[in-house]
Amino acid sequence: MGELRLMKGNEALAEAAIRAGADAYFGYPITPQSEVVEYLMAERPEQRTGMVVLQAESEIASINMLYGAGGTGKKVMTSSSSPGISLMQEGISYMAGAEIPCVVVNVVRGGPGLGDIQPAQSDYFQSVKGGGHGDYRLIVLAPSSVQEMSDFVPMAFDLAFKYRNPVLIVSDGLIGQMMEKVELFDPMPRLTDEEVIERYPWATNGKPVGKERRILTSLDLDPHKLEKHNHHLQEKYRQAEENEVRFETIDCDDAEYIIVAYGSSARISQKTIQLAREEGIKVGLLRPITLWPYPKKEIERFVEKGVKGFLSVEMSAGQMVEDIKLVVNGRTKVEHFGRYGGVIHSPEEVLEALKQKIIGG
Amino acid sequence: MAEITLQDIIKPENVVYKKTKLMTDKTLSYCPGCGHGTAHRLIMEIIEELGKEHETIGVAPVGCSVLAYEFMNVDMQEAAHGRAPAVATGIKRVWPDRVVFTYQGDGDLAAIGTNETIHACNRGENIVIIFINNGIYGMTGGQMAPTTLPGMRTSTSPYGREVSSMGNPLKITELVAQLPGTYFVTRQAVHTPSAVRKAKRSIRKAFENQIAKKPGLSFVEIVSNCNSGWKMEPVASNIWMEENMFPYYNLGDIKVDGQLVDKK
Repeated sequence: MGELRLMKGNEALAEAAIRAGADAYFGYPITPQSEVVEYLMAERPEQRTGMVVLQAESEIASINMLYGAGGTGKKVMTSSSSPGISLMQEGISYMAGAEIPCVVVNVVRGGPGLGDIQPAQSDYFQSVKGGGHGDYRLIVLAPSSVQEMSDFVPMAFDLAFKYRNPVLIVSDGLIGQMMEKVELFDPMPRLTDEEVIERYPWATNGKPVGKERRILTSLDLDPHKLEKHNHHLQEKYRQAEENEVRFETIDCDDAEYIIVAYGSSARISQKTIQLAREEGIKVGLLRPITLWPYPKKEIERFVEKGVKGFLSVEMSAGQMVEDIKLVVNGRTKVEHFGRYGGVIHSPEEVLEALKQKIIGG
Repeated sequence: MAEITLQDIIKPENVVYKKTKLMTDKTLSYCPGCGHGTAHRLIMEIIEELGKEHETIGVAPVGCSVLAYEFMNVDMQEAAHGRAPAVATGIKRVWPDRVVFTYQGDGDLAAIGTNETIHACNRGENIVIIFINNGIYGMTGGQMAPTTLPGMRTSTSPYGREVSSMGNPLKITELVAQLPGTYFVTRQAVHTPSAVRKAKRSIRKAFENQIAKKPGLSFVEIVSNCNSGWKMEPVASNIWMEENMFPYYNLGDIKVDGQLVDKK
């Protein structure tokens, strides 16, 4: 058993970055995720593992530092909250185009604009539909506990390098700020420079003797070549859709109704299911862990099993519900419920919505 | 006496100049008469002379030199507009023994990327920034730059730069020289053989500073012409540059070994 600690989600994430063998973290403070950079600065990871930690002058600089360092084959990470993640979209698009691996963490707060500093899930569209310009996808992981804030970090790094693509961990102010017991995984050593050079021949860390130089760019002025590059990216995304879908189901075997919820909403909905079952309502929970690629096949399986309706529970005005509707395609009822702007729904409110919008509606 | 043919002259012992192997054979995308090609060559010659071909990572900007990575035969990254100093910071922080440089124009470095420029300089990143200042946006067709001179006509200042509404040209090189994080700051040109020799010495010094891990960033501005954007023939553009650009952007060292040069 790994080391047990009581930690905030943001702290567990930061500790996991050190233990996952990250080479660098670049970030800029913003509530409710500032504990990440604070924890890293206090821990002196340059002494523990040699990991570099730098507070950048902006989120724009942070993501571009990731571009540079990630482009040399090193494991790099940044974190921010909604307005800061908006600022990073340019850099994320460039990294997707130039195929540079990195991990970006969004501890989501209420929006739009400056919004507030309370938990929200209103950055779903930005996360999974491409927040920046161009045809690209991010692999998006949604932790729903402090444990997963830790566990998803090494998984995110593995996926980033497997697909040479940015990976986004979408948390929220609730998961980031709350304290829970967490079992920390054993530290993994950082790769040596020689291992990085050996493993990642695409990385720009100095032209190898007797070989061609490497170029990392998202630019190609020849439209036919750029189209070909896009074909390559799309093929990569199809492989991710085939191989990387992750989800959890709770009480779904006999379920007549399915609540679909991720992150904090999934935690709240677990209580709703308990309350509903006490009343004899057969409802289960589908918790997408990867928001992209989305668990479409699982939704399809429920439709084929004949469930009577899906309730998408999100702390947003209704974003993920669109992806459920795309799969269901009118064959059964799909509705959204959620509080937003930083307001968190209660399990009772979710149960009431289930009754009114799905069962009775 | 036998007639001397060209073949008699082309012999290794007679070679006085050849292109560095660190410039590719790709045809330069720059207009004939432009200083970019010379600046590229000087940087690559220095990297070769310092024996750093396999340890150098360059960062290209957005602007006329967006394709610098096509011509510079070392590992290269292409940065988003203005972000090269942040990209270079990322590279240098995780490979502190590599040689890292950015190559940026005035729009990239002194307008959209001012924040990244100032902060990379202020942190004293151990990198080299090469800044090409031609007072105009060349690639997008001759729009006003932060360094466009007062009264100078561009496609977005068609009646001349009006400082009352468009501001004064930004002397960002003097500005970064004020920061304790810069170790070497100089302004050079590449329009005459003499200027090229001086510029090469400065670029060499900048890279030597980095390799010796001198405390701070080395910043080399090259005031250059843009004959196309200025709508002049190349020779006329160089004369115009001497008569108009140099009085505003004085050539010479501004900061050496971390000390501001006293210009009494």
